[in-house]
Amino acid sequence: MSRQKQLGFVACVGALAVLPLLWPDPYMLSVVASCGIFIIAAISLNLLLGFTGQLSLGHVAFFGIGAYTSALMSLGFDVDLLGTGTPWVVAPKPVWLAFASGILVAGLFGWLVSRIAFRVRGAYFVIVTISFAQVMRMVALNWVDLTEGPMALNNIPPLTLWLPGTGTLPIATKASIYWLVLAAAVAAYLLVAALVTSRLGRAMIALRENETLARSIGIDVTRFLRIAAVGAAGIAGAAGGLYAHTVRIIDPDVFMFMFTVTMVIMVIVGGKGTLAGPVIGGLLFGLLPEVLRGVLAPEVQWIIYGALMILVLIFLPKGIVPAAGALKRRVAARRTPRVAHVSAAESEPA
Amino acid sequence: MDQFLQHLLNGLVLGATYALLGIGLTLIFGIMRVVNFAHGELYALGGYVAYAAVSVFDLNYFGSLILAAIAGLVMGALIEYVLLRRRDLGSIDEVMLIMIGTMLIMQNTELLAWGGVAKAVPSPFSQEPLVWGEVSVSPIRLFVLCTALVLLGVFYLLIERSRFGLAMRATFQDRDAARIVGVDVSRIYTATFALGSCLAAVAGALLAPVFVVSPTMGDLANLKAFAIVILGGLGNLAGAALGGFALALVEEFGAGYISTAYRDAIGFLVILLVMIVRPQGLFTGKERIG
Repeated sequence: MSRQKQLGFVACVGALAVLPLLWPDPYMLSVVASCGIFIIAAISLNLLLGFTGQLSLGHVAFFGIGAYTSALMSLGFDVDLLGTGTPWVVAPKPVWLAFASGILVAGLFGWLVSRIAFRVRGAYFVIVTISFAQVMRMVALNWVDLTEGPMALNNIPPLTLWLPGTGTLPIATKASIYWLVLAAAVAAYLLVAALVTSRLGRAMIALRENETLARSIGIDVTRFLRIAAVGAAGIAGAAGGLYAHTVRIIDPDVFMFMFTVTMVIMVIVGGKGTLAGPVIGGLLFGLLPEVLRGVLAPEVQWIIYGALMILVLIFLPKGIVPAAGALKRRVAARRTPRVAHVSAAESEPA
Repeated sequence: MDQFLQHLLNGLVLGATYALLGIGLTLIFGIMRVVNFAHGELYALGGYVAYAAVSVFDLNYFGSLILAAIAGLVMGALIEYVLLRRRDLGSIDEVMLIMIGTMLIMQNTELLAWGGVAKAVPSPFSQEPLVWGEVSVSPIRLFVLCTALVLLGVFYLLIERSRFGLAMRATFQDRDAARIVGVDVSRIYTATFALGSCLAAVAGALLAPVFVVSPTMGDLANLKAFAIVILGGLGNLAGAALGGFALALVEEFGAGYISTAYRDAIGFLVILLVMIVRPQGLFTGKERIG
């Protein structure tokens, strides 16, 4: 990031951080917090979809796995392992530990899925990822002993923050949840930013642009895809954990295909392969429903989503962020053609 | 043993409609390289047309099948003409996302029009099952099986024996070569999408009186259609037919002998297993992947 961009980023985060002090409406804060959770999920999907170019339509699986793992670990469980008569007992764990385990387990599944799914590309890859998410939904629905099935997991404890020295702090007020989600979103953003601007990220972009060529110059394509998949899954798992502990009730619907579609729309409309894209798209599609609520039926809202996605794909195939960048450059070029030429060359490609 | 025959029969009935569903999807993929995520919604469209015809407009069920077929043809042609014509079909991901957008629009339009409550379409036959020994089948299921088999036969003849089928197969094999020898490829594309959609809509209308019609039926149908097509190998017509029967039988026996709860999960487990063992599909030779 250039110095100017860094300052802009800090200013944005700062503005968002003081929001609860200026406008402490609990409803508004919880809406923005849940929007933030989806932005985190969209950021994680963008790592895969935007930077390695793999369209995963089962991304909600990792979100759901993170949510269920974190909820189950914090509640504790006692089940008969796959009907073998072997008991599997876990005592309730502190929430921060449960949350961390959710990230870990989601990442583990990300690795597992990458082993299966990256054997294939294109349409096959998409279908494998969808199937995986569906199998997870079926497990959540049918392994009633563990997940309570359609009755949902209730009374999930609220988040706590573990600080060395001070012990655990409960995070229960809307403002503190908001700050935590904001912090997590910033962390996810910076992690992905660091990842994609490193050597690793360049390898990912190389394989997105031309896999055969990337392979021929010695890039271990499968390895980089796997790293991206594990990272994306882990971040999505964190989003799922945040979701479970803020909503405090989850059912198998957290694995709904529509959640994946929402994340995909956020990334595509915002601009895949750009860092700001999922944030802009996430804000747009996370806050739009609240604005439209009461005005439009949810069905109409989904129809608008679908139509908007088609229109963006047809008319702005790269998404809002790159289009806005191009517009800015064009305006600058009209004003001072020479300087604009230099600044266009300097600006980052993504 | 009698239980076995019963499951076999149930599996065949379901399998025949699964085959229609899968062939439509694989036809569109094979010829156009488009993964049609709206396929399940076209199946739902067929179901709703049947429901509307029978319950609202008081038409006869057999007439509603023809209406569903026409609705599928028109809708398919419309989708292809409006959304895919002039698109670069080479960018599979982009086209896939356009089809997901189409799916969202269709599904929610259905919800708006009909509400979320499932609708029952009355069977035109007597409810009295036909019984042979321990095996029994309701007349509507038998009708579904026979109609689906006849349609599969007609479809086979259309592809294998007609001039139009020849042009389709030519496009399937090599689009550019087909264009050179005078095939109107864009017309074949429209026809393909219309025909594939028609098969899905008919499958939906056929099964409407057996199950119920609901706005979410498209989702499950979509995922099953993918399972079938993966089993047979994407773009393989005979594979899709076999895959349809295979999936239905696996589901039926799985539900009968293992657990009904996981009935719908079986399809996806099958996909994952096939992907691990034979990513190119069970009934295809080695194809280019990755």
